[in-house]
Amino acid sequence: MLNTEIIADSFPALHQTIGDNRLVYLDSAATTQKPQCVIDAIVSYYENDNANIHRGVHTLSQRATQAHENARVSISRLLHASRPEEMVFVRGATEAINLVAQAFARPRFGEGDVILITEMEHHSNIVPWQLICEQTGASLEVVPVCDDGSIDMDAYKSLLIPNVVLVSMAHVSNAIGTINPVKEMCKLAKEVGATTVVDGAQAVGHLQVDIQDIGCDFYAISGHKMFGPTGIGCLYGKYELLQEMEPWQGGGDMILSVSFEETTWNDVPFKFEAGTPNIAGAIGFGAAVSWIQEIGYDEIFKHEQELLAYGREVLLAIDGVELIGASKQNAGVIAFTLKGVHPHDVGTILDHAGVAIRTGNHCAEPLMKRFGLAATCRASLCIYNTRKDLDYLGVGIQEAMRILG
Amino acid sequence: MSDLRELYLEMVTDHAKNPRHRGKTDPCDCIGTGHNPLCGDKIVVTISLDGETINDVKFDGEGCAISTASSDLMSEVLRGKTIQDAKDIFHGFHELVAGDGTAESVPKKLAVFSGVREFPMRVKCATLAWHTLIAAIEGNKEASTE
Repeated sequence: MLNTEIIADSFPALHQTIGDNRLVYLDSAATTQKPQCVIDAIVSYYENDNANIHRGVHTLSQRATQAHENARVSISRLLHASRPEEMVFVRGATEAINLVAQAFARPRFGEGDVILITEMEHHSNIVPWQLICEQTGASLEVVPVCDDGSIDMDAYKSLLIPNVVLVSMAHVSNAIGTINPVKEMCKLAKEVGATTVVDGAQAVGHLQVDIQDIGCDFYAISGHKMFGPTGIGCLYGKYELLQEMEPWQGGGDMILSVSFEETTWNDVPFKFEAGTPNIAGAIGFGAAVSWIQEIGYDEIFKHEQELLAYGREVLLAIDGVELIGASKQNAGVIAFTLKGVHPHDVGTILDHAGVAIRTGNHCAEPLMKRFGLAATCRASLCIYNTRKDLDYLGVGIQEAMRILG
Repeated sequence: MSDLRELYLEMVTDHAKNPRHRGKTDPCDCIGTGHNPLCGDKIVVTISLDGETINDVKFDGEGCAISTASSDLMSEVLRGKTIQDAKDIFHGFHELVAGDGTAESVPKKLAVFSGVREFPMRVKCATLAWHTLIAAIEGNKEASTE
């Protein structure tokens, strides 16, 4: 049995009070807290090894380069990529999707081409494709979501016409937590020859991801949603595809040689990493991956599923609570509304009780509209949460009902 | 730590649950739409005028308790006031919830929002109706808290 209290001990930010109450952090879908080992890795890099990478022959530069590239190897192993070069360092999942849009889609797509996304996407998996449609004349189609928050697979199949050139979908919904059948969706997309992009920002901190098993062409992740620092993420791309693609930003590190007549590109993945990268971020990200591997995805997933079931039980026992989405295949995200109480007020009242949740549209306005809501409350769970945390959530919600319900 | 009871005073929750001035004025001389992208709230403020004097103000739309109570109490205190009065009251109100203003500088009913200052994330909720009112008066039609 997993001892979550020992796990929570590794996260210094969790040990504080908000007013008179112990902090209960239920906003890990926005960003997870950071274990001490990640913080230490970043501090140690700056204290001991700080140097620019790839170019210097001196010792510090070699150490920094080694640590940066070791992180790439760890991340590629975690996701079961076929080689580390398939992992491009970016600022986060948003930049990863924009990279695919601008460097892969923009030069290839044109009028008559269809880009398919789903109704549950985060704005970061909607807007980059809207830009591509404006820039290339391609059109955007949307797969609807069922009442339980799952993707309407029949509609998906009927929307997969031969004109579909790219399908981009969330692995796990940030707003309601649905785990999508991405393997099956990629397989179906391949049957019409479409390129597949999976937004894995909400998946990789919570469940085992095997990129080769999923069979996608691109997979986007953010370090800060899986115990790493902000400002670092990865784009996985199939090696052959990355090789075919032109760079999207020019600068140092992404070139082999430069003259005013001709410039030649560096190899994959450096071709897509112009400028001095977020070295400390990558190293912190690598430490986060090691931490996840130490705990193991089996334990993480099992614990979060238990908490999800318990959390739903706690909330449903309160009069006036309605769960939004709540599909059978769900990650540890509980989206809900309180009858007669605006989510913004719930957020303030819970904060007062020390309970941090997220309220609003969760950067998924189309999904909110689909459920006829302007905003919801979202409690998102993580390996360091406990049943006690969810009891505090329940007490806070009862207080909100008492004040405003 | 800020006190929740100072934010959700009984008068605030009462006006939030049972607003008296929801709807649209008839006639409608000015109309403005306000949007708070942070929480997705949208409100519409309508005004009927007699020269420079405000005959009636109403609001419509959905919002949080602070935003709804603020819209309702704004509508209440502005009846019979001039446009210049409305601008002056907004100035005093803004100072009260976001600056150094005191409860003495606003009409008595608005003093219930004194507690908002302790909740910086909620200032926009309290001022949305007022920004929308000014946009309506000045013919800008749309106001945003951003």
